[in-house]
Amino acid sequence: MDHLLNDQHKLVQKTLRDFTANEVKPLAKAIDEGERFPRETVSKMAEMNLFGLPFDTAYGGAGGDTVSYAIAVLELSKACATTGVILSAHVSLCAAPIATWGNDAQKEAYLPGLLSGASLGAFGLTEPNAGTDAGAQKTVATEHDDHFVLNGNKIFITNAGEADLYIISALTNPDARHRGISLFIVEADTPGFSVGKKEMKLGIRGSSTRELILDNVTVPKANLLGKRDKGFAMIMEILSGGRIGIAAQAVGITEGAIEEALRYTSERKQFGKPIISFQNTQFMLAEMETKKEAAKQLLFKAARYKDQGRPYAKEAAMAKLYAGNTTTEVTQQAVQLFGGYGYTREYDVERMMRDAKITEIYEGTNEAQKMVIANMMMKEGAA
Amino acid sequence: MNIAVLVKQVPNTTEIKVDKETGALIRKGIPTIINPDDLSAVEVALKLKATHGGKVHVFTMGPKSAESMLRELYARGVDDATLLCDKAFAGSDTWSTSLVLSTALKRHRFDLVIAGRQAIDGDTAQVGPQVAEFLGIPHISYVDEIRGVDATHCFLRKKEEKQSMHLKCPFPLLITVLDGIAKPRYMNMTHIFNNASRDVEILDNDALAIEKADLGIKGSPTKVKKTYAKSITKKTTAESLAPEDAAERILAVLREKGGMPDAL
Ligand SMILES: Cc1cc2nc3c(=O)[nH]c(=O)nc-3n(C[C@H](O)[C@H](O)[C@H](O)COP(=O)(O)OP(=O)(O)OC[C@H]3O[C@@H](n4cnc5c(N)ncnc54)[C@H](O)[C@@H]3O)c2cc1C
Repeated sequence: MDHLLNDQHKLVQKTLRDFTANEVKPLAKAIDEGERFPRETVSKMAEMNLFGLPFDTAYGGAGGDTVSYAIAVLELSKACATTGVILSAHVSLCAAPIATWGNDAQKEAYLPGLLSGASLGAFGLTEPNAGTDAGAQKTVATEHDDHFVLNGNKIFITNAGEADLYIISALTNPDARHRGISLFIVEADTPGFSVGKKEMKLGIRGSSTRELILDNVTVPKANLLGKRDKGFAMIMEILSGGRIGIAAQAVGITEGAIEEALRYTSERKQFGKPIISFQNTQFMLAEMETKKEAAKQLLFKAARYKDQGRPYAKEAAMAKLYAGNTTTEVTQQAVQLFGGYGYTREYDVERMMRDAKITEIYEGTNEAQKMVIANMMMKEGAA
Repeated sequence: MNIAVLVKQVPNTTEIKVDKETGALIRKGIPTIINPDDLSAVEVALKLKATHGGKVHVFTMGPKSAESMLRELYARGVDDATLLCDKAFAGSDTWSTSLVLSTALKRHRFDLVIAGRQAIDGDTAQVGPQVAEFLGIPHISYVDEIRGVDATHCFLRKKEEKQSMHLKCPFPLLITVLDGIAKPRYMNMTHIFNNASRDVEILDNDALAIEKADLGIKGSPTKVKKTYAKSITKKTTAESLAPEDAAERILAVLREKGGMPDAL
């Protein structure tokens, strides 16, 4: 894989490896146990301009690309999937939509803060009764002279409570279902906007996942993102970009688990020899590594397609589907290779196994990815 | 303020492998890093630049492959980088190396030259001070804090074994710093994509025009007679004792070997 990276990508990889080893890994266990958002890490990431990584330098972006962004999320997630998703949600679900569809005034107002990491971003789409069926959402935006008033509830929102800026989907034409959805840029301190229940989760426990409550939130018309009623297509595109981030997170967790397993099986002795000398151990490791590498290829193919301006929705869905399946499987095998020790909180593979599962659920479940892939196949077949 | 920083690419190993014939380090196949003290020196320079303006220019003498190290420094925000690279420089000791570095430095005007205290592959701590001597400027080594800078002077703390000294020194000057002086920053994404691929200035001896006789192994006054790994001759004994008893035991052994004053 690395042979496809250019010199700049390699520098991103090198410095992210150092950063992860020195700043991220030492916190991973504690933020999981304390279910604590790693604010200090966010500040350090901002110093490196990580939050502006794949954006144009015009508004303070680093001038990087999707490949480098995937590298960053992957490297962080090797040691801490929580830290990986903080970056992924910020970049793919909040900053990217504004960079893509924002008008000059919106870019001027919001991108410098988001790209420098001075403000953190989030995306509110999911509702209690609208998950996979995103078109079933109930949050409404009623139009007034120069503003909209938003009312409704969002759940499971990553970075909620920590973020300064949210992109919120709401119905501007409630009868039209998914043809009546628009996107809004909402500042966290807008009156009527608040965060609700914090979810207690299986994994990525340092990541903040909360409910959003919109109670007569007044949003100026200037904060309508993109075209009115055209939100659904934008959401699909946002999620495609986000899937590259989640696939990178999944590959990162996988690599981290394989590294741990390789080290442990080389050290642990049973029957008088290291357990890695048993052929079963070797075969398991070989399969884990092969699947990881296949997932990585899909990930970087999707990232490169996006960088080249080619359609990448199918590639991103395949990458996330396969990388999610793989990390769930590989982290379980890693725990297996650790035996009883792997089942204890003493060893990182226990957390990795819990963290891995989310990559099969958010930004579209595995089933949702299959719907996307099959739809694209049918379209391609018809063309 | 214009600042020059001297940096060296060193093998990333504590386990030094030595060529049995020549006594020199075997560098081939060993991953390289930026000498840790030097990375702190760069950090000090970048911090001074952030508060006082000016430019940071890094210099290294080394093989062509050292260019990648200089790019990593561009990625941290360094403005200019010069690689001093010539076959004639190979094998230079600290005196010859300092001559090469100072000759390159003389092509510019710097207020402050910063070097790391020492390189982990040579541990001589000589190059910084020798460069200052060649430049004819004052030098202060073992600096562990820059307390302030005004238009004409630098205020420093120099660490000694049991005490520290606060010093005031006029520019231009050279300092060598300890690696604890500043935590080096990580490479910055914006610099990676906008600075790191800039060209590195490469100067050979045609540009520097140093007498051949002063360069390389032949030009180096230091002659390495022999390099060897210390072999341990005395047998180690392992004893497991309670902390108090262990202390008593250590004291007794040291007394026996004459390593302890009787008063203790
Ligand atoms: C930790 C975490 C963070 C999240 N972060 C965000 C965020 O930042 N922003 C945001 O908007 N959302 C976020 N989500 C929400 C997430 O994207 C949804 O949970 C996900 O899309 C699934 O929706 P759901 O939970 O309602 O499940 P459901 O849609 O109810 O699905 C339940 C099951 O039914 C299956 N299913 C549903 N429909 C079909 C179908 N047509 N065919 C086959 N199977 C089907 C699903 O695949 C799944 O297995 C987050 C969720 C979690 C847990």
